[in-house]
Amino acid sequence: MSALTSLTLKAALKGLADKSFSSLELTRAHVDAVEAARPLNAFVLETPEKALEMAAAADRRIAAGEAGPLEGAPLGIKDLFCTEGVRTTACSDILGNFVPTYESTVTSQLWRDGAVMLGKLNLDQFAMGSSNETSAFGPVVNPWRAEGSNRQLTPGGSSGGSAASVAADLCLGATATDTGGSIRQPAAFTGTVGIKPTYGRCSRWGVVAFASSLDQAGPIAKTVEDAAILLKSMSGHDPKDSTSLDIEVPDYPSFVGKSVKGLKIGIPKEYRVDNMPPEIEALWQKGIAWLKEAGCEIVEVSLPHTKYALPAYYIVAPAEASSNLARYDGMRFGLRVEGANLTETYEKTRAAGFGAEVKRRILIGTYVLSHGYYDAYYVKALKVRRRIADDFDQAFQKVDALLTPTAPSAAFGLGENADDPVAMYLNDIFTVTVNLAGLPGMSIPAGVDHNGLPLGLQLIGRALDEGTLFSLGGAIEKAADFKAKPAKWW
Amino acid sequence: MAIDAATVRKVARLARIAEPEEKLESLAKELSGIMAWIEQLAEVDTDGVEPMTSAVAVALPLREDVVTEGGDPSKVLSNAPKSTGGFFVVPKVVE
Repeated sequence: MSALTSLTLKAALKGLADKSFSSLELTRAHVDAVEAARPLNAFVLETPEKALEMAAAADRRIAAGEAGPLEGAPLGIKDLFCTEGVRTTACSDILGNFVPTYESTVTSQLWRDGAVMLGKLNLDQFAMGSSNETSAFGPVVNPWRAEGSNRQLTPGGSSGGSAASVAADLCLGATATDTGGSIRQPAAFTGTVGIKPTYGRCSRWGVVAFASSLDQAGPIAKTVEDAAILLKSMSGHDPKDSTSLDIEVPDYPSFVGKSVKGLKIGIPKEYRVDNMPPEIEALWQKGIAWLKEAGCEIVEVSLPHTKYALPAYYIVAPAEASSNLARYDGMRFGLRVEGANLTETYEKTRAAGFGAEVKRRILIGTYVLSHGYYDAYYVKALKVRRRIADDFDQAFQKVDALLTPTAPSAAFGLGENADDPVAMYLNDIFTVTVNLAGLPGMSIPAGVDHNGLPLGLQLIGRALDEGTLFSLGGAIEKAADFKAKPAKWW
Repeated sequence: MAIDAATVRKVARLARIAEPEEKLESLAKELSGIMAWIEQLAEVDTDGVEPMTSAVAVALPLREDVVTEGGDPSKVLSNAPKSTGGFFVVPKVVE
Protein backbone atom coordinates (compact mmCIF):
# COMPACT_ATOMS: atom_id res chain seq x y z
CA MET A 1 0.00 0.00 0.00
CA SER A 2 2.58 2.55 1.07
CA ALA A 3 4.57 2.01 -2.12
CA LEU A 4 1.65 3.16 -4.27
CA THR A 5 0.60 6.07 -2.05
CA SER A 6 4.14 7.43 -1.84
CA LEU A 7 4.30 7.91 -5.61
CA THR A 8 4.19 11.35 -7.15
CA LEU A 9 1.32 12.05 -9.53
CA LYS A 10 3.75 11.97 -12.44
CA ALA A 11 5.17 8.57 -11.41
CA ALA A 12 1.69 7.16 -10.77
CA LEU A 13 0.48 8.27 -14.21
CA LYS A 14 3.51 6.58 -15.75
CA GLY A 15 2.86 3.38 -13.78
CA LEU A 16 -0.76 3.40 -14.95
CA ALA A 17 0.25 3.98 -18.56
CA ASP A 18 2.86 1.19 -18.34
CA LYS A 19 0.22 -1.07 -16.74
CA SER A 20 2.55 -1.65 -13.76
CA PHE A 21 -0.60 -1.39 -11.65
CA SER A 22 -4.25 -0.58 -12.27
CA SER A 23 -6.18 2.48 -11.19
CA LEU A 24 -8.26 0.15 -9.04
CA GLU A 25 -5.11 -0.95 -7.15
CA LEU A 26 -3.83 2.60 -6.91
CA THR A 27 -7.19 3.93 -5.77
CA ARG A 28 -7.74 1.10 -3.27
CA ALA A 29 -4.36 1.94 -1.68
CA HIS A 30 -5.41 5.57 -1.32
CA VAL A 31 -8.89 4.71 -0.03
CA ASP A 32 -7.22 2.60 2.68
CA ALA A 33 -4.79 5.41 3.48
CA VAL A 34 -7.67 7.89 3.80
CA GLU A 35 -9.53 5.57 6.14
CA ALA A 36 -6.43 4.99 8.28
CA ALA A 37 -5.78 8.73 8.52
CA ARG A 38 -9.06 9.79 10.17
CA PRO A 39 -7.20 11.25 13.18
CA LEU A 40 -5.98 13.98 10.77
CA ASN A 41 -9.60 15.03 10.09
CA ALA A 42 -8.55 15.99 6.55
CA PHE A 43 -11.61 14.52 4.83
CA VAL A 44 -15.12 15.67 5.75
CA LEU A 45 -16.67 13.16 3.35
CA GLU A 46 -15.07 9.99 2.04
CA THR A 47 -16.47 8.64 -1.22
CA PRO A 48 -14.75 5.24 -1.52
CA GLU A 49 -17.48 3.63 -3.62
CA LYS A 50 -17.49 6.47 -6.10
CA ALA A 51 -13.67 6.35 -6.17
CA LEU A 52 -13.57 2.65 -6.98
CA GLU A 53 -16.27 3.07 -9.63
CA MET A 54 -14.34 5.91 -11.26
CA ALA A 55 -11.13 3.86 -11.04
CA ALA A 56 -12.75 0.90 -12.78
CA ALA A 57 -13.98 3.20 -15.54
CA ALA A 58 -10.47 4.67 -15.83
CA ASP A 59 -8.97 1.20 -16.15
CA ARG A 60 -11.39 0.49 -18.99
CA ARG A 61 -10.36 3.68 -20.78
CA ILE A 62 -6.66 2.87 -20.29
CA ALA A 63 -7.22 -0.62 -21.71
CA ALA A 64 -9.06 0.90 -24.67
CA GLY A 65 -6.21 3.33 -25.31
CA GLU A 66 -8.43 6.31 -24.50
CA ALA A 67 -6.62 7.54 -21.39
CA GLY A 68 -6.87 11.23 -20.49
CA PRO A 69 -3.96 13.23 -19.03
CA LEU A 70 -5.00 12.37 -15.42
CA GLU A 71 -6.48 8.96 -16.17
CA GLY A 72 -6.89 6.87 -13.03
CA ALA A 73 -5.24 9.31 -10.59
CA PRO A 74 -7.00 9.59 -7.20
CA LEU A 75 -7.40 13.20 -6.00
CA GLY A 76 -8.96 15.00 -3.05
CA ILE A 77 -11.44 17.85 -3.59
CA LYS A 78 -11.69 20.83 -1.27
CA ASP A 79 -15.27 20.94 0.02
CA LEU A 80 -15.72 24.37 -1.56
CA PHE A 81 -16.10 22.87 -5.05
CA CYS A 82 -19.63 21.77 -5.89
CA THR A 83 -19.72 18.11 -6.81
CA GLU A 84 -22.85 16.73 -8.43
CA GLY A 85 -24.70 14.36 -6.14
CA VAL A 86 -21.99 14.63 -3.46
CA ARG A 87 -22.58 16.76 -0.35
CA THR A 88 -20.83 20.13 -0.47
CA THR A 89 -20.73 22.22 2.72
CA ALA A 90 -17.95 24.86 2.60
CA CYS A 91 -17.51 23.37 6.11
CA SER A 92 -20.34 25.54 7.38
CA ASP A 93 -23.54 24.46 9.14
CA ILE A 94 -25.52 26.85 6.98
CA LEU A 95 -25.08 24.60 3.93
CA GLY A 96 -26.07 21.64 6.08
CA ASN A 97 -26.69 18.71 3.78
CA PHE A 98 -26.50 20.67 0.52
CA VAL A 99 -26.17 18.25 -2.39
CA PRO A 100 -25.39 20.11 -5.62
CA THR A 101 -27.24 19.15 -8.78
CA TYR A 102 -24.30 20.41 -10.83
CA GLU A 103 -20.53 20.04 -11.00
CA SER A 104 -18.03 22.90 -10.68
CA THR A 105 -16.18 23.62 -13.92
CA VAL A 106 -12.76 22.92 -12.37
CA THR A 107 -13.73 19.49 -11.02
CA SER A 108 -15.62 18.62 -14.21
CA GLN A 109 -12.36 19.22 -16.12
CA LEU A 110 -10.48 16.90 -13.76
CA TRP A 111 -13.06 14.13 -14.35
CA ARG A 112 -12.97 14.88 -18.10
CA ASP A 113 -9.23 14.18 -17.93
CA GLY A 114 -9.75 10.89 -16.09
CA ALA A 115 -9.09 11.75 -12.42
CA VAL A 116 -10.72 9.80 -9.59
CA MET A 117 -12.41 11.48 -6.59
CA LEU A 118 -11.51 10.15 -3.13
CA GLY A 119 -13.76 12.54 -1.23
CA LYS A 120 -14.24 16.09 0.05
CA LEU A 121 -11.57 17.89 2.04
CA ASN A 122 -11.86 19.98 5.17
CA LEU A 123 -11.29 23.75 5.10
CA ASP A 124 -11.84 26.87 7.15
CA GLN A 125 -15.52 27.70 7.00
CA PHE A 126 -16.21 29.47 3.66
CA ALA A 127 -12.41 29.55 3.26
CA MET A 128 -12.23 32.23 5.96
CA GLY A 129 -9.27 31.43 8.16
CA SER A 130 -5.57 30.62 8.22
CA SER A 131 -5.52 27.61 10.55
CA ASN A 132 -8.52 25.42 9.64
CA GLU A 133 -9.95 26.12 13.08
CA THR A 134 -13.09 27.84 11.76
CA SER A 135 -14.36 24.61 10.11
CA ALA A 136 -17.71 23.37 11.39
CA PHE A 137 -16.14 19.88 11.29
CA GLY A 138 -13.26 20.83 13.60
CA PRO A 139 -9.70 21.57 12.50
CA VAL A 140 -7.46 19.41 10.35
CA VAL A 141 -4.38 18.25 12.23
CA ASN A 142 -1.06 18.76 10.47
CA PRO A 143 0.65 15.42 9.77
CA TRP A 144 3.89 17.20 10.71
CA ARG A 145 4.90 17.47 14.35
CA ALA A 146 7.84 19.27 15.92
CA GLU A 147 10.69 16.87 16.70
CA GLY A 148 10.16 15.23 20.08
CA SER A 149 6.70 16.78 20.54
CA ASN A 150 3.15 15.44 20.41
CA ARG A 151 1.56 18.86 20.18
CA GLN A 152 -1.05 19.15 17.46
CA LEU A 153 -0.15 21.74 14.83
CA THR A 154 -2.30 23.53 12.29
CA PRO A 155 -1.88 22.58 8.63
CA GLY A 156 -2.66 26.22 7.81
CA GLY A 157 -5.76 27.44 6.07
CA SER A 158 -8.02 27.68 4.47
CA SER A 159 -7.00 24.69 2.29
CA GLY A 160 -5.78 22.74 5.33
CA GLY A 161 -7.43 19.47 4.33
CA SER A 162 -5.95 19.70 0.84
CA ALA A 163 -2.42 20.37 2.14
CA ALA A 164 -2.54 17.77 4.94
CA SER A 165 -3.89 15.01 2.70
CA VAL A 166 -1.20 15.59 0.08
CA ALA A 167 1.55 15.76 2.74
CA ALA A 168 0.30 12.54 4.36
CA ASP A 169 0.14 10.67 1.01
CA LEU A 170 -3.64 10.27 1.18
CA CYS A 171 -4.08 11.51 -2.40
CA LEU A 172 -1.83 12.25 -5.38
CA GLY A 173 -2.94 15.89 -5.44
CA ALA A 174 -5.80 18.08 -4.32
CA THR A 175 -7.84 21.03 -5.46
CA ALA A 176 -7.64 24.15 -3.33
CA THR A 177 -8.62 27.81 -3.48
CA ASP A 178 -6.77 30.97 -2.54
CA THR A 179 -8.38 34.30 -1.63
CA GLY A 180 -5.57 35.73 0.52
CA GLY A 181 -3.06 32.90 0.74
CA SER A 182 -5.23 29.82 1.29
CA ILE A 183 -3.27 27.63 -1.13
CA ARG A 184 0.25 28.90 -0.47
CA GLN A 185 0.33 29.20 3.35
CA PRO A 186 -0.98 25.62 3.95
CA ALA A 187 1.45 24.34 1.29
CA ALA A 188 4.31 26.01 3.19
CA PHE A 189 3.11 24.57 6.53
CA THR A 190 2.99 21.00 5.18
CA GLY A 191 6.01 20.74 2.86
CA THR A 192 3.88 20.65 -0.30
CA VAL A 193 3.75 22.70 -3.51
CA GLY A 194 0.82 25.06 -4.07
CA ILE A 195 0.11 27.49 -6.88
CA LYS A 196 -2.51 30.19 -7.16
CA PRO A 197 -2.68 31.05 -10.85
CA THR A 198 -3.47 34.44 -12.36
CA TYR A 199 -6.99 35.61 -11.52
CA GLY A 200 -9.25 34.32 -14.28
CA ARG A 201 -7.20 31.23 -15.21
CA CYS A 202 -9.49 28.81 -13.37
CA SER A 203 -13.24 29.16 -13.60
CA ARG A 204 -14.98 30.14 -10.37
CA TRP A 205 -18.23 28.57 -11.56
CA GLY A 206 -19.49 26.07 -9.00
CA VAL A 207 -16.96 27.13 -6.37
CA VAL A 208 -18.67 28.46 -3.24
CA ALA A 209 -17.97 32.19 -3.36
CA PHE A 210 -16.09 34.08 -0.64
CA ALA A 211 -14.66 37.25 -2.22
CA SER A 212 -15.26 37.09 -5.95
CA SER A 213 -12.59 39.56 -7.10
CA LEU A 214 -9.92 37.64 -5.16
CA ASP A 215 -11.00 33.96 -5.20
CA GLN A 216 -8.97 31.70 -7.44
CA ALA A 217 -8.62 27.93 -7.60
CA GLY A 218 -5.36 26.03 -7.91
CA PRO A 219 -3.73 22.73 -6.99
CA ILE A 220 -1.74 21.51 -3.99
CA ALA A 221 0.67 18.77 -5.03
CA LYS A 222 3.74 16.79 -4.02
CA THR A 223 6.08 18.30 -6.63
CA VAL A 224 6.30 21.32 -8.92
CA GLU A 225 5.73 19.11 -11.95
CA ASP A 226 2.64 17.51 -10.36
CA ALA A 227 1.26 21.00 -9.71
CA ALA A 228 1.87 21.88 -13.37
CA ILE A 229 0.04 18.74 -14.56
CA LEU A 230 -2.95 19.50 -12.32
CA LEU A 231 -3.13 23.22 -13.12
CA LYS A 232 -3.17 22.44 -16.83
CA SER A 233 -6.33 20.37 -16.37
CA MET A 234 -7.96 22.85 -14.00
CA SER A 235 -7.38 25.96 -16.17
CA GLY A 236 -9.19 27.23 -19.21
CA HIS A 237 -11.91 29.52 -20.42
CA ASP A 238 -15.43 29.02 -19.14
CA PRO A 239 -18.31 31.13 -20.50
CA LYS A 240 -20.18 30.48 -17.23
CA ASP A 241 -17.69 32.68 -15.32
CA SER A 242 -17.67 36.22 -16.72
CA THR A 243 -14.17 36.83 -15.29
CA SER A 244 -12.73 33.66 -16.83
CA LEU A 245 -9.95 34.54 -19.27
CA ASP A 246 -10.40 33.48 -22.88
CA ILE A 247 -6.71 32.79 -23.38
CA GLU A 248 -5.00 29.56 -24.36
CA VAL A 249 -3.61 27.49 -21.48
CA PRO A 250 0.11 26.87 -21.96
CA ASP A 251 1.55 23.37 -21.54
CA TYR A 252 2.63 24.03 -17.93
CA PRO A 253 4.52 20.73 -17.38
CA SER A 254 6.87 21.60 -20.27
CA PHE A 255 8.14 24.59 -18.29
CA VAL A 256 9.44 22.46 -15.41
CA GLY A 257 13.15 21.77 -15.88
CA LYS A 258 13.64 24.63 -18.34
CA SER A 259 16.76 26.72 -17.75
CA VAL A 260 16.23 29.85 -15.70
CA LYS A 261 19.56 31.34 -16.75
CA GLY A 262 19.40 35.07 -17.30
CA LEU A 263 16.06 35.58 -15.54
CA LYS A 264 15.92 38.62 -13.28
CA ILE A 265 14.59 37.91 -9.80
CA GLY A 266 13.34 40.75 -7.61
CA ILE A 267 13.78 40.69 -3.85
CA PRO A 268 11.21 43.09 -2.36
CA LYS A 269 12.85 44.83 0.58
CA GLU A 270 9.49 45.52 2.26
CA TYR A 271 9.02 41.78 2.86
CA ARG A 272 11.78 41.91 5.49
CA VAL A 273 9.29 42.47 8.32
CA ASP A 274 9.85 43.10 12.02
CA ASN A 275 10.04 40.03 14.24
CA MET A 276 10.56 37.69 11.31
CA PRO A 277 12.24 34.54 12.65
CA PRO A 278 15.93 34.45 11.62
CA GLU A 279 15.33 31.01 10.12
CA ILE A 280 12.90 32.46 7.59
CA GLU A 281 15.40 35.15 6.63
CA ALA A 282 18.12 32.49 6.33
CA LEU A 283 15.91 30.36 4.09
CA TRP A 284 15.19 33.38 1.91
CA GLN A 285 18.96 33.98 1.53
CA LYS A 286 19.40 30.33 0.59
CA GLY A 287 16.71 30.67 -2.08
CA ILE A 288 18.51 33.73 -3.46
CA ALA A 289 21.79 31.77 -3.56
CA TRP A 290 20.13 28.81 -5.33
CA LEU A 291 18.66 31.00 -8.04
CA LYS A 292 21.99 32.83 -8.46
CA GLU A 293 23.71 29.49 -8.93
CA ALA A 294 21.10 28.58 -11.53
CA GLY A 295 22.10 31.68 -13.46
CA CYS A 296 19.49 34.22 -12.34
CA GLU A 297 20.30 37.82 -11.70
CA ILE A 298 19.14 39.09 -8.30
CA VAL A 299 17.75 42.64 -8.12
CA GLU A 300 16.47 44.45 -5.04
CA VAL A 301 13.06 45.98 -5.70
CA SER A 302 10.63 48.06 -3.71
CA LEU A 303 6.90 47.43 -3.24
CA PRO A 304 6.24 50.44 -1.03
CA HIS A 305 2.58 49.75 -0.25
CA THR A 306 3.09 46.20 1.00
CA LYS A 307 2.22 46.97 4.60
CA TYR A 308 -1.19 48.29 3.56
CA ALA A 309 -2.19 45.13 1.70
CA LEU A 310 -3.63 43.27 4.68
CA PRO A 311 -5.76 46.14 6.00
CA ALA A 312 -7.02 46.80 2.44
CA TYR A 313 -7.80 43.10 2.09
CA TYR A 314 -9.77 43.14 5.35
CA ILE A 315 -12.08 45.70 3.80
CA VAL A 316 -12.35 44.33 0.27
CA ALA A 317 -12.76 40.64 1.20
CA PRO A 318 -15.36 41.10 3.96
CA ALA A 319 -17.29 43.60 1.79
CA GLU A 320 -17.53 41.09 -1.04
CA ALA A 321 -18.26 38.27 1.42
CA SER A 322 -21.11 40.16 3.07
CA SER A 323 -22.69 40.54 -0.35
CA ASN A 324 -21.96 36.98 -1.56
CA LEU A 325 -23.18 35.38 1.65
CA ALA A 326 -26.49 37.24 1.56
CA ARG A 327 -27.77 34.27 -0.46
CA TYR A 328 -27.83 32.09 2.67
CA ASP A 329 -31.29 33.12 3.76
CA GLY A 330 -32.80 29.72 4.60
CA MET A 331 -35.33 29.88 1.77
CA ARG A 332 -34.02 27.90 -1.20
CA PHE A 333 -31.32 25.61 0.20
CA GLY A 334 -29.38 24.88 3.35
CA LEU A 335 -30.37 25.46 6.94
CA ARG A 336 -33.63 27.15 7.99
CA VAL A 337 -34.45 28.10 11.57
CA GLU A 338 -38.07 29.24 11.77
CA GLY A 339 -38.87 32.56 13.45
CA ALA A 340 -42.06 34.50 14.12
CA ASN A 341 -41.82 36.25 10.74
CA LEU A 342 -39.63 36.40 7.64
CA THR A 343 -36.99 38.76 9.08
CA GLU A 344 -36.68 36.74 12.25
CA THR A 345 -36.33 33.55 10.20
CA TYR A 346 -33.47 35.14 8.25
CA GLU A 347 -31.80 36.35 11.43
CA LYS A 348 -32.11 33.09 13.33
CA THR A 349 -31.04 30.99 10.36
CA ARG A 350 -27.91 33.06 9.76
CA ALA A 351 -27.08 33.27 13.48
CA ALA A 352 -27.27 29.49 13.82
CA GLY A 353 -25.66 28.60 10.51
CA PHE A 354 -22.58 30.84 10.27
CA GLY A 355 -19.53 30.36 12.49
CA ALA A 356 -18.02 33.16 14.57
CA GLU A 357 -15.32 34.19 12.07
CA VAL A 358 -17.78 34.24 9.18
CA LYS A 359 -20.17 36.44 11.19
CA ARG A 360 -17.30 38.73 12.16
CA ARG A 361 -16.41 39.23 8.50
CA ILE A 362 -20.00 39.72 7.39
CA LEU A 363 -20.41 42.38 10.09
CA ILE A 364 -17.20 44.17 9.04
CA GLY A 365 -18.25 43.96 5.40
CA THR A 366 -21.72 45.28 6.12
CA TYR A 367 -20.24 48.08 8.22
CA VAL A 368 -17.72 49.27 5.61
CA LEU A 369 -20.40 49.20 2.91
CA SER A 370 -23.02 50.97 5.02
CA HIS A 371 -24.22 54.50 4.43
CA GLY A 372 -21.64 57.09 5.42
CA TYR A 373 -18.68 54.71 5.49
CA TYR A 374 -18.62 53.45 1.92
CA ASP A 375 -16.23 56.12 0.59
CA ALA A 376 -14.10 56.29 3.72
CA TYR A 377 -13.45 52.56 3.86
CA TYR A 378 -14.49 50.63 0.78
CA VAL A 379 -13.52 53.10 -1.95
CA LYS A 380 -10.34 53.98 -0.03
CA ALA A 381 -9.40 50.28 0.08
CA LEU A 382 -9.99 49.93 -3.67
CA LYS A 383 -7.67 52.88 -4.27
CA VAL A 384 -5.00 51.34 -2.05
CA ARG A 385 -5.50 48.10 -3.98
CA ARG A 386 -4.65 50.00 -7.17
CA ARG A 387 -1.48 51.37 -5.51
CA ILE A 388 -0.45 47.82 -4.60
CA ALA A 389 -1.06 46.57 -8.15
CA ASP A 390 0.93 49.56 -9.51
CA ASP A 391 3.86 48.63 -7.23
CA PHE A 392 3.96 45.21 -8.88
CA ASP A 393 3.66 46.71 -12.38
CA GLN A 394 6.70 48.86 -11.72
CA ALA A 395 8.70 45.98 -10.25
CA PHE A 396 7.88 43.77 -13.24
CA GLN A 397 9.35 46.36 -15.58
CA LYS A 398 12.70 45.48 -14.03
CA VAL A 399 12.38 41.80 -13.10
CA ASP A 400 10.78 38.57 -14.35
CA ALA A 401 9.62 37.23 -11.00
CA LEU A 402 9.84 37.93 -7.28
CA LEU A 403 11.14 35.67 -4.51
CA THR A 404 9.83 35.98 -0.94
CA PRO A 405 9.11 33.74 2.03
CA THR A 406 5.59 32.25 1.89
CA ALA A 407 4.62 32.72 5.53
CA PRO A 408 6.17 34.54 8.49
CA SER A 409 6.49 31.35 10.56
CA ALA A 410 6.35 27.56 10.43
CA ALA A 411 3.12 25.77 11.41
CA PHE A 412 1.89 26.88 14.84
CA GLY A 413 -0.07 25.00 17.48
CA LEU A 414 -3.83 24.56 17.15
CA GLY A 415 -5.45 27.12 19.45
CA GLU A 416 -2.35 29.31 19.59
CA ASN A 417 -3.69 32.35 17.72
CA ALA A 418 -7.37 31.74 18.34
CA ASP A 419 -8.03 34.75 20.61
CA ASP A 420 -6.61 37.49 18.42
CA PRO A 421 -8.15 37.91 14.95
CA VAL A 422 -5.53 40.43 13.81
CA ALA A 423 -2.63 38.14 14.84
CA MET A 424 -4.25 35.38 12.78
CA TYR A 425 -4.71 37.71 9.80
CA LEU A 426 -0.97 38.52 9.82
CA ASN A 427 -0.26 34.97 8.61
CA ASP A 428 -1.16 36.14 5.13
CA ILE A 429 1.19 39.12 5.12
CA PHE A 430 3.37 37.78 2.26
CA THR A 431 0.61 36.15 0.23
CA VAL A 432 -2.31 38.60 0.23
CA THR A 433 -0.66 41.22 -2.01
CA VAL A 434 -0.72 38.71 -4.86
CA ASN A 435 -4.50 38.24 -4.62
CA LEU A 436 -5.12 41.98 -4.57
CA ALA A 437 -3.07 42.38 -7.76
CA GLY A 438 -4.49 39.22 -9.40
CA LEU A 439 -1.02 37.75 -10.00
CA PRO A 440 0.17 34.12 -9.93
CA GLY A 441 2.03 32.95 -6.82
CA MET A 442 3.57 29.61 -5.91
CA SER A 443 4.90 28.12 -2.69
CA ILE A 444 7.71 25.56 -2.84
CA PRO A 445 9.00 23.60 0.17
CA ALA A 446 12.57 24.75 0.69
CA GLY A 447 13.77 23.56 4.09
CA VAL A 448 12.91 22.81 7.70
CA ASP A 449 13.20 24.92 10.84
CA HIS A 450 14.99 23.97 14.10
CA ASN A 451 11.99 21.79 15.04
CA GLY A 452 12.11 19.89 11.76
CA LEU A 453 8.98 21.68 10.46
CA PRO A 454 8.74 22.61 6.77
CA LEU A 455 9.17 26.15 5.47
CA GLY A 456 8.23 27.47 2.04
CA LEU A 457 9.51 30.04 -0.41
CA GLN A 458 7.11 32.00 -2.60
CA LEU A 459 7.55 32.98 -6.23
CA ILE A 460 5.38 35.75 -7.65
CA GLY A 461 5.03 36.16 -11.39
CA ARG A 462 3.66 38.54 -13.99
CA ALA A 463 0.02 38.12 -14.86
CA LEU A 464 -0.43 35.00 -17.03
CA ASP A 465 3.20 33.99 -16.58
CA GLU A 466 2.71 30.79 -14.56
CA GLY A 467 5.17 29.14 -16.95
CA THR A 468 8.15 31.11 -15.58
CA LEU A 469 7.04 30.21 -12.04
CA PHE A 470 7.07 26.52 -12.94
CA SER A 471 10.61 26.86 -14.34
CA LEU A 472 11.86 28.78 -11.31
CA GLY A 473 9.92 26.53 -8.91
CA GLY A 474 11.55 23.53 -10.53
CA ALA A 475 14.98 25.11 -10.06
CA ILE A 476 14.32 25.80 -6.37
CA GLU A 477 12.91 22.32 -5.87
CA LYS A 478 16.02 20.79 -7.42
CA ALA A 479 18.42 22.92 -5.39
CA ALA A 480 16.53 22.54 -2.10
CA ASP A 481 16.26 18.77 -2.58
CA PHE A 482 13.50 18.74 0.03
CA LYS A 483 12.99 15.07 0.91
CA ALA A 484 11.64 15.29 4.48
CA LYS A 485 8.31 13.59 5.17
CA PRO A 486 6.19 13.70 8.31
CA ALA A 487 6.74 10.67 10.56
CA LYS A 488 3.52 8.64 10.53
CA TRP A 489 1.77 8.87 13.93
CA TRP A 490 -1.86 8.57 12.80
CA MET B 1 -13.20 54.86 14.71
CA ALA B 2 -14.53 52.94 17.68
CA ILE B 3 -17.63 50.85 17.08
CA ASP B 4 -20.12 50.84 19.95
CA ALA B 5 -22.78 48.31 20.90
CA ALA B 6 -25.53 50.34 19.21
CA THR B 7 -23.63 50.28 15.91
CA VAL B 8 -23.14 46.51 16.17
CA ARG B 9 -26.87 46.10 16.81
CA LYS B 10 -27.63 48.16 13.70
CA VAL B 11 -25.08 46.41 11.48
CA ALA B 12 -26.18 42.96 12.65
CA ARG B 13 -29.74 43.93 11.75
CA LEU B 14 -28.64 45.06 8.29
CA ALA B 15 -26.76 41.76 7.85
CA ARG B 16 -29.77 39.80 9.12
CA ILE B 17 -27.78 38.02 11.81
CA ALA B 18 -29.40 37.73 15.25
CA GLU B 19 -26.79 38.75 17.82
CA PRO B 20 -27.91 38.49 21.46
CA GLU B 21 -27.80 41.76 23.50
CA GLU B 22 -25.22 40.34 25.90
CA LYS B 23 -22.77 39.73 23.05
CA LEU B 24 -22.93 43.25 21.56
CA GLU B 25 -20.30 44.79 23.88
CA SER B 26 -17.69 42.11 23.27
CA LEU B 27 -18.37 42.17 19.52
CA ALA B 28 -18.04 45.96 19.52
CA LYS B 29 -14.65 45.65 21.17
CA GLU B 30 -13.49 43.01 18.73
CA LEU B 31 -14.65 44.91 15.64
CA SER B 32 -13.17 48.16 16.98
CA GLY B 33 -9.83 46.39 17.34
CA ILE B 34 -9.94 45.25 13.72
CA MET B 35 -11.11 48.66 12.44
CA ALA B 36 -8.38 50.44 14.43
CA TRP B 37 -5.80 48.28 12.67
CA ILE B 38 -7.45 49.05 9.31
CA GLU B 39 -7.28 52.82 10.01
CA GLN B 40 -3.62 52.85 8.88
CA LEU B 41 -4.96 53.00 5.31
CA ALA B 42 -5.54 56.71 5.94
CA GLU B 43 -1.74 57.18 5.69
CA VAL B 44 -1.76 56.23 2.00
CA ASP B 45 -1.97 59.12 -0.45
CA THR B 46 -4.71 58.07 -2.86
CA ASP B 47 -5.48 61.45 -4.42
CA GLY B 48 -6.39 60.97 -8.06
CA VAL B 49 -6.11 57.17 -7.84
CA GLU B 50 -8.80 55.28 -9.72
CA PRO B 51 -10.42 52.60 -7.48
CA MET B 52 -9.49 49.08 -8.60
CA THR B 53 -12.73 47.18 -8.97
CA SER B 54 -11.47 44.16 -10.88
CA ALA B 55 -8.35 42.02 -10.65
CA VAL B 56 -7.88 41.91 -14.42
CA ALA B 57 -8.72 44.72 -16.77
CA VAL B 58 -11.12 43.00 -19.14
CA ALA B 59 -14.49 44.14 -20.39
CA LEU B 60 -17.36 41.97 -19.26
CA PRO B 61 -18.34 39.64 -22.08
CA LEU B 62 -21.87 39.72 -23.45
CA ARG B 63 -23.82 36.68 -24.53
CA GLU B 64 -27.03 36.05 -26.41
CA ASP B 65 -30.05 36.72 -24.21
CA VAL B 66 -31.46 33.21 -24.53
CA VAL B 67 -32.37 30.44 -22.13
CA THR B 68 -29.35 28.17 -21.69
CA GLU B 69 -30.66 25.62 -19.25
CA GLY B 70 -33.63 25.11 -17.01
CA GLY B 71 -37.00 23.42 -17.09
CA ASP B 72 -36.18 21.09 -14.24
CA PRO B 73 -38.02 22.27 -11.12
CA SER B 74 -37.19 19.09 -9.22
CA LYS B 75 -33.49 19.91 -9.48
CA VAL B 76 -34.08 23.49 -8.43
CA LEU B 77 -36.12 22.41 -5.42
CA SER B 78 -34.01 19.42 -4.42
CA ASN B 79 -32.24 21.31 -1.62
CA ALA B 80 -35.18 23.41 -0.46
CA PRO B 81 -35.82 23.38 3.30
CA LYS B 82 -39.54 23.31 2.47
CA SER B 83 -41.34 22.91 -0.85
CA THR B 84 -44.70 21.86 -2.16
CA GLY B 85 -46.28 21.44 -5.58
CA GLY B 86 -43.22 22.72 -7.42
CA PHE B 87 -42.83 25.84 -5.23
CA PHE B 88 -40.57 26.96 -2.42
CA VAL B 89 -42.50 27.36 0.83
CA VAL B 90 -41.46 30.52 2.66
CA PRO B 91 -42.77 32.39 5.71
CA LYS B 92 -45.73 34.68 5.13
CA VAL B 93 -44.52 38.02 3.75
CA VAL B 94 -47.76 39.92 3.14
CA GLU B 95 -50.37 40.06 5.92
